[in-house]
Amino acid sequence: MAEILSSIVSVAFHGAAYGMILYVISVGLSVTMGLMGFTNLAHGVFAMAGGYILSSAMTGFGYPFPLALVIAFLLVAAGSIFLERLLYARLYGSGELAQVLFTIGLIFIAVAIARLIYGTQAQPVYLPDYLKGQVQLLGRDFPTYRVFLIVFSAVMIAALWFGVERTRWGAMVRAAVDNRAMAQSIGINTKRLFTLTFALGSGLAGLGGALGAEIISVQPTYPFEQLVYFLIVVAVGGLGSLRGPFVAALLIGVTDTACKYWVPQFGAFFIYVATIAILLWRPGGLFGRRA
Amino acid sequence: MSTVLETRALCKTFGALTVAANIDFRLEAGARHALIGPNGAGKTTFVNMLTGWLPASSRRVLLEGGDVTSLSQSARVKRGLGRTFQINTLFRDLSVLDNVARGVAERRGIAGRMWRPASSYGEIRDESLDLLATLGLADDARQRVVDLPYGKQRLVEIAIALGLKPKVLLLDEPAAGVPSVDAERILQVLGTLPADIAILIIEHDMDLVFRFAQRITVLVQGEVLMEGTPSEIAADRRVHQVYLGEQRHA
Amino acid sequence: MTHSGGYGADPRIHWLEWLPWLAAIVCFFLVPEYLSLGARILIYILFALSLDLILGYAGIITLGHSAFFGLGAYVAGILGAHVGITDPLLQMAIAALAAAILGIATGAVILRTRGLTLLMLTLAITSVCLEIANKATTITGGADGLSGVVVAPVFGQFRFDLFGKTAFVYCLVMLFIGWWLVRRLIYSPFGATLTGIRENTARMHAVGAPVYWRLVSVYTLSATIAGTAGALLTQTNQFVGLNVLGFEPSGELLVMLILGGVGRLYGAFVGPIVYLIAQDFLAKQWPEYWYFGIGVLLVVIVMFARGGLLGIVDLVVAKVQGKRP
Repeated sequence: MAEILSSIVSVAFHGAAYGMILYVISVGLSVTMGLMGFTNLAHGVFAMAGGYILSSAMTGFGYPFPLALVIAFLLVAAGSIFLERLLYARLYGSGELAQVLFTIGLIFIAVAIARLIYGTQAQPVYLPDYLKGQVQLLGRDFPTYRVFLIVFSAVMIAALWFGVERTRWGAMVRAAVDNRAMAQSIGINTKRLFTLTFALGSGLAGLGGALGAEIISVQPTYPFEQLVYFLIVVAVGGLGSLRGPFVAALLIGVTDTACKYWVPQFGAFFIYVATIAILLWRPGGLFGRRA
Repeated sequence: MSTVLETRALCKTFGALTVAANIDFRLEAGARHALIGPNGAGKTTFVNMLTGWLPASSRRVLLEGGDVTSLSQSARVKRGLGRTFQINTLFRDLSVLDNVARGVAERRGIAGRMWRPASSYGEIRDESLDLLATLGLADDARQRVVDLPYGKQRLVEIAIALGLKPKVLLLDEPAAGVPSVDAERILQVLGTLPADIAILIIEHDMDLVFRFAQRITVLVQGEVLMEGTPSEIAADRRVHQVYLGEQRHA
Repeated sequence: MTHSGGYGADPRIHWLEWLPWLAAIVCFFLVPEYLSLGARILIYILFALSLDLILGYAGIITLGHSAFFGLGAYVAGILGAHVGITDPLLQMAIAALAAAILGIATGAVILRTRGLTLLMLTLAITSVCLEIANKATTITGGADGLSGVVVAPVFGQFRFDLFGKTAFVYCLVMLFIGWWLVRRLIYSPFGATLTGIRENTARMHAVGAPVYWRLVSVYTLSATIAGTAGALLTQTNQFVGLNVLGFEPSGELLVMLILGGVGRLYGAFVGPIVYLIAQDFLAKQWPEYWYFGIGVLLVVIVMFARGGLLGIVDLVVAKVQGKRP
């Protein structure tokens, strides 16, 4: 009995860590898709880039972990601004097919660049010493890094939710998600809003990719393999919402961990079936607005 | 006079917002009926509920006595309900002929056929061309809709609906955004429509309304304010108030 | 020249349309050493035709078309390797049937949705198939793939040999039949419905078209054709691996179709031909640069040349003739 309880706690814990990371990566996608109506399949590229930048910053330049994280966030955000202004912005009215194709093209380019620079193997994960090992909580041993992940993600998520609920920027985002034309007509500079929000969402993805390198390994095929999960989080959670994807990410994190632990021969099968079932029951996502 | 279209206590709410409240409405065969009201009164919403585009929150829509409240748009069309849209909803890159032919083919039940080429169905093409001729569009049959002037596009909108040989025709602002010359043309066309079709138009152009309609319903904030003949409506104080505000004696 | 069908269109086969077939026959005699690449191209043209039906003509954006392709491939493989059904036409028929069943089952369910939800569902379905193929190793061979697929000679006469002659002709005949059927469909009233749904779904509802059922029908047909293409792939290689399922083959097919031009019937020919030949020569030499190039090409096409290669041809022809495109 104690064994089962123990494994449940373990699954819940690791599932939560995975789920939080998934959320940090995917929340940007949810907001930009809800805000800009842009089907950005290349979101995983930003997460992957964050992972690679962290790795290079720490091993190539010898920067300490916290600094490397900040660099990952900033560089990915800056890069995304560049991409958005130059390329994405031209396709805002272009229809879903054009956006899907364009972002697939971006994935191909990013995957090729990653392979050229870093090779095909997964990046090894370098944790700072103070985050290695175990920590004692409530009479059990938990991996320190995972605890850190959960706490750090929770703090960032709280900051994000506060920002969207309480700040002027957040109010503008919510208004524009609700009704873009209306928002424009009351003087909100939607162009700048999009760029800023896109940068923030992509930066968060980079941060999530960097932090989560231990759970989702950083390798060139990352954007292809993980795309399904990010899209599931957003689709099941509901486009444009903040809370929905959080619930969805946690559900996926825990379910995926549970399945891999108890019924590994089924792999991700249940996640996909559950996604299909949920989307058929609620096409707009669990917390979405409309289908 | 038989009732072809009827609503009983039709309601629509979006959360706390009521856009249609207990609308009782009747349309007789051969009617020339207009629905007017200030902006935001819920006229297009009402039409959308009649056609099935928008599901009603409660109560009923009856077509020729049969309850169609739960039927889809296409099912209602098959039963004889046709409509035009306030904003042109046409196949812009296709020819005028192709636009009308789609409707005619659906009505004739051949639209689902997969074997013979579409252009071999001469009867579809002929019927479409005849229809276009009655609207004065025969010369534009091969033109792309997007290349036509707006007034003619509006006529194509009506042509498609006519191709369905509807028993009830709902026209949502047929003359909207159209220069007055073309509006005159549209009014002419409306006058030539078969006498047994029941027609309901939503319009803001009062000139057109008063020349066309035999009966008028006034809708204000989702409720029927009154219904009557054009002269009754024109004389009614409340209608004046709604449209013009409190009347200062001229 | 686009083949959009409709009630004013001329459905007769233009002489230019016989060129691809002529070219194929010429290739059979002139370049026998490239026949296996040729068979691969023919298979992907068939696959691309199936995608063009739903994407280019009906306007359904899907990332999951590989599910039908992969299912057809695996069914044919399993029949040949485990079940002992070796007649190629029978294998193909059963594979096509399986794909049709999956098509109608998934189509009926997901075509009630649109946009991201639809896209997501198509991706989820092909991912489920990939996961099943990956895990059910006793049946599918898992990550190692299914080898030892036995394919009997066609009509008892023509063996699938290493030279690929039989495979090429077999695929060519199947493609011809597929092309002919798709072309008929496009010019039929049903085809006109599809372009109507793509151009303005609201209007199609308003003329009484049973939009949902039309979409389910074309989706099922498309799935059947894709499944047939998958079966052909297994039969020509006597092998099937995991690379027929999941996001990557769907993405790659999309690239091929966009490259050729969507919604114009022959884009499905031009795209795979150019892509696969280029891939054969370039990807072997510089695989990383190949992916990079494809990505750049895709971005460039979306930005500047939405109609793909055939769209560019149209522009050039129009310029030459002095007409407005």
